Amino acid sequence: MPGSDVLVFVENHRGVLKRAALEALGEGRRLARAAGGRLGVILLGTGSSVRAEGLLGPQVVYRSEDPLFDSLHLEAYSVAFRAAIDEFQPGLFLLAATAIGREVAPLAAHLLKTAVAADVIEVEPKGQAFEVRRPIYAGKAIASVRCPRPAVVSLRPNTFPQEEPAEGPPPRVVDLPAPEASSLRARVVESRLAAGSDRLELTEADIIVSGGRGLKGPENFALLEELGRTLGAAVGASRAVCDAGWRPHSDQVGQTGKTVCPKLYIACGISGAIQHLAGMSSSKCIVAINKDPSAPIFQVADYGIVGDVFEVVPVLNEKLKEFLAG
Amino acid sequence: MRIAVCIKRVPDSASRIRPSGAGIETGDLKFIMNPYDEIALEEALRLKEKLGSSEVLAVSLGPADAQAVLRQALAMGADRALHLAHPGVSGLELDGRQCARALAGALRAEAPDLFLFGKLSIDDQSAQVGGLVAQELGLVSVGEVVKIEWTGERFRLHHHLDGRIEVVEAAPPVVATAHKGLNEPRYPGIKGIMAAKKKPLSSVPADPGPPAMEILRIEPPPPRQPGRIVGEGPAAVEPLLRLLRKEAKVL
Repeated sequence: MPGSDVLVFVENHRGVLKRAALEALGEGRRLARAAGGRLGVILLGTGSSVRAEGLLGPQVVYRSEDPLFDSLHLEAYSVAFRAAIDEFQPGLFLLAATAIGREVAPLAAHLLKTAVAADVIEVEPKGQAFEVRRPIYAGKAIASVRCPRPAVVSLRPNTFPQEEPAEGPPPRVVDLPAPEASSLRARVVESRLAAGSDRLELTEADIIVSGGRGLKGPENFALLEELGRTLGAAVGASRAVCDAGWRPHSDQVGQTGKTVCPKLYIACGISGAIQHLAGMSSSKCIVAINKDPSAPIFQVADYGIVGDVFEVVPVLNEKLKEFLAG
Repeated sequence: MRIAVCIKRVPDSASRIRPSGAGIETGDLKFIMNPYDEIALEEALRLKEKLGSSEVLAVSLGPADAQAVLRQALAMGADRALHLAHPGVSGLELDGRQCARALAGALRAEAPDLFLFGKLSIDDQSAQVGGLVAQELGLVSVGEVVKIEWTGERFRLHHHLDGRIEVVEAAPPVVATAHKGLNEPRYPGIKGIMAAKKKPLSSVPADPGPPAMEILRIEPPPPRQPGRIVGEGPAAVEPLLRLLRKEAKVL
């Protein structure tokens, strides 16, 4: 069927492929295979050639080693996308709904004269279109949307299984053009690691330990940082504590912060305002620790402990160390 | 400097959402200015205050009561407002491409130096209209900005990319979308509210063009199985860990 070919943008940063992008690749492979279509991959920036050679399964890999792609030069991304899309003619352009994914998705949508179906949790081919499901109002509702081909779909991180290493002949590799740096109107003049960038990104973490006003002050988040280290978890926060300046806004979970869906979400001293619940209630397992037994967080929690976070969390941390070692 | 800020009216984040067919019940919803758009507007006002001789235009695409958020923008300090009228009351009726085309069409003639948007609207959460407007108009864009500087010739826009901070320099016109952390929006004062009544607000029909996608239905999220209280205080920790391993299988 025309339009059954799937083109996946796989986020590469200096040879490291983003986990969420590998999830998009896995879903892209599934959809291409189901429709008997081809799978194409776009890999940009330093290290993309090495990565391109290691990918078995896609029929084509479009790549460019140009260091312009190591920073988010959208004009360069647009030139590369246009060349790949013109040659591959995808029925579906797939990518991960990460910070970079949100910026580059409109480029693909404009080239394919469509809109982005953003932050999607399910994709199924339906005749000449795709039917996708996406949470709206931070998960208070789910919209089913019909997207005619060609469609541009960004996938919510942590929702789809990761790409399995596949067998098959090596892909055809196509070099993509990059514009001259001097021709760009928008230039990245600085690119540096953000403070705390060694920490796990909330939207991609398997486990999140999150704190609210019950922690009484910013210094007490050390308790959660410690628990986070034991569990290999990211640390999140409620809106109240971000607005109070206890934690950076980038840590905020909820309708005006991040929507997360980890395997395990441990809410400590969070009462569970509706806008917070919206951002985390699709987590696979929720644990709540709160001293108020009537706190709304217990309505969505799979397991609750009624108690003071200052008493429970240190014991939880110690027992977990024993438990995980044993 | 001419600055255009695009703002959307959205249900308050404390609202309960009741799906109805391919839409939602809007009867008793309280609508507010999208929080990220409020940040975008605040940034425009701060740039104007710093630079002087600037004009801030607030634009909203939506039904008649979108004019309420435009009045709020005028009360906060915008100079004039443009309402692009479209009958859809929930705010989900137009897809990202339609919104972008309606806004780009109306703003082309305004030719602002800076187009500001919120990074996403908290209703539809598509996070694409700013980027698509830039594409429609052939402009450069920077998303999820946490700091904007003006050098006298160029903008310096700082944004976070999952652990990296990048600073982009570009001469106007530029499209940027505002993220939390850029500023703390002000509350309109009585003086502002009074002044807003005399500021110009015009309304013209929106021209969104044909849809690129179609909402088939909107449903509540799957209900969570009722949970349980494992126990009280530190004594509940051990039973909790056993449940997490044996029952939930997450440890």
